Amino acid sequence: MTTSDARVRMVGVDLQENDDSRAIVDALEEDNPDAVISRMPGLVRVRCPQRLVVNQASVERHLGRAWETHEFQLSIVSYFGHIDEWDDDEIVVAWDH
Amino acid sequence: MSTPRKLSMKKRYSALTRDLDWTPTYVDPKAVFPYTSFEGITIHDWSKWEDPFRLTVDSYFKYQAEKDKRLYAVLDGFAQSQGHLSLTDARYLNAMKLFIQGVTPLEYAAHRHFAFLSRFYDGPGPRFAAQCQSVDELRHTQTEVHTLSTYNKYYGGMHNWPEQFDRVWYLSVPKSYFEDAMSAGPFEFLIAISFSFEYLLTNLLFVPFMSGASFNGDLPTMTFGFSAQSDESRHMTLGLEAIKFLLEQDEANVPIVQEWIDKWFWRGYRLVALIAQMLDYMLPRKVMSWKESFELYFEEQMLGGLFPDLEFYGITKPRHVEQAIAEKDLLSHQVYWTLYQFSFAAGFTTTVPEADHLDWLSANYPETFDKYFRPLWDKAKKIQDDGGRFFFQGLPQLCQVCQVPMLFTEPGDPTTLAQRQVVHEGERYDFCSDGCQWIFEREPEKYVQAWLPVHQIFQGNCGGPSVPEVLAWYGLQDGDAGEYLGSVDHQNWERWHDHAASADVEAPVGSEPAEARA
Repeated sequence: MTTSDARVRMVGVDLQENDDSRAIVDALEEDNPDAVISRMPGLVRVRCPQRLVVNQASVERHLGRAWETHEFQLSIVSYFGHIDEWDDDEIVVAWDH
Repeated sequence: MSTPRKLSMKKRYSALTRDLDWTPTYVDPKAVFPYTSFEGITIHDWSKWEDPFRLTVDSYFKYQAEKDKRLYAVLDGFAQSQGHLSLTDARYLNAMKLFIQGVTPLEYAAHRHFAFLSRFYDGPGPRFAAQCQSVDELRHTQTEVHTLSTYNKYYGGMHNWPEQFDRVWYLSVPKSYFEDAMSAGPFEFLIAISFSFEYLLTNLLFVPFMSGASFNGDLPTMTFGFSAQSDESRHMTLGLEAIKFLLEQDEANVPIVQEWIDKWFWRGYRLVALIAQMLDYMLPRKVMSWKESFELYFEEQMLGGLFPDLEFYGITKPRHVEQAIAEKDLLSHQVYWTLYQFSFAAGFTTTVPEADHLDWLSANYPETFDKYFRPLWDKAKKIQDDGGRFFFQGLPQLCQVCQVPMLFTEPGDPTTLAQRQVVHEGERYDFCSDGCQWIFEREPEKYVQAWLPVHQIFQGNCGGPSVPEVLAWYGLQDGDAGEYLGSVDHQNWERWHDHAASADVEAPVGSEPAEARA
């Protein structure tokens, strides 16, 4: 059985291409230096090795308004990985094992 | 009594979800939750169920309402601006006909079954997650109907989908898939729908539809799709949490869950064959090929990302997955070629791909398209150029398990049809693949009961013995089925665009046209 242990496993989120998402993507890029952004029709995909963090404070700074992490539900279309944490101040997507 | 003005997310979730549960004392818990033991799954501690979204009822409705508001604003704007005329082409809507006939009824079935599960799981965590998903699925059903009703005013194929779902031959593929899950136990359903369908395969199913809509001028479907998909990320989480919970609760659960993964991967994979052809053949403007989509969403994200995570528990990649990978250069072509031959009895139309489309297929499938499939289309086109149309005369053999016609080929041999047979209690059953045969042999007493549309026609249960009688029983009307070129949709499309191009746009779109002008 082949596994991909040798290579880095990616996690990621697909977001709707909209106004809020632009600020969220800016925040993601800032907080996750290894993040790779790609675009498909209507979608922005953010991929990152191992772990991706959505930081509430960063998103608020980029949006210029208050933003609670539940609002991420209005932007997210899909993800891959495991939602490790979804709290007031951050959302973390990472593989468990 | 003083309470803090605002609880933290964790505390709110705990207070509004877990704390509302109680342990029954005057009724035996086994009588309250009668379905969670017969499958052989052992649960020691239901409180270990995690809900990473920490969703509570108040925030659930707040954000769902916001999603709906955004969607309905788009639907209004689209209808008011005659948006249907800005689609890339009327033939694009065949993808949406397939969607409302084959996917919308699944949303409704999911709504029903999650409502059932939200009553019958022992733990409050999964009960609440199931309840939210049940409401989500009803929302999806309603918003899909409202979204596509914009088109139903002007185009065929969308007017009778609930009845078609119960009757039309290819729709028994999604219907039997979901009923297989609904008639399983509550844990197998979670692996079937929440894990295999919503996590493993969801991106193959929905993202192509939505990006296809975006690329082909279908603003309502794109908006609906993203609105629904935002719920889907919660459903994916339910699937992933479900599997981890079952695997962590007891080691004896592992082999049971592995068999369910093996079964439901293959069931789901056969179901998405309908999506494969949609992606490669039904979109006038292409997003990505099926092969590319399969490699990205399935091979890279699931086999490369998820399964190494599950290895920790002793879970291995799904049985027969190597056959799915080996088929990726063939699947969409074999399925659409079959639909082309049988679309006289479908709720959508098909046609020979145009020259640039054939070239796109060659470029995306360099190993297989020119060798195996282009010659078929050349032949079909010649027949059409000569004024004919090749439709298959007769009814196809269906696979007893997936109910797809037996159109798939032997592994490694793209010109020999795969046929598997099993004799069970003196009756012969046929299968399209090793995967479907394996599924049958695990539970023959379930699959011998399959309602196979072709058998039902021969038994006289579908309106009568002739094709017109069967089509009438399907509720198909003129223009719903057959060849796209020259169809009612095609003629209307041409006429409406002549109107739009002329200076005189007095006549409301959809009204009877003036006499053809020069």
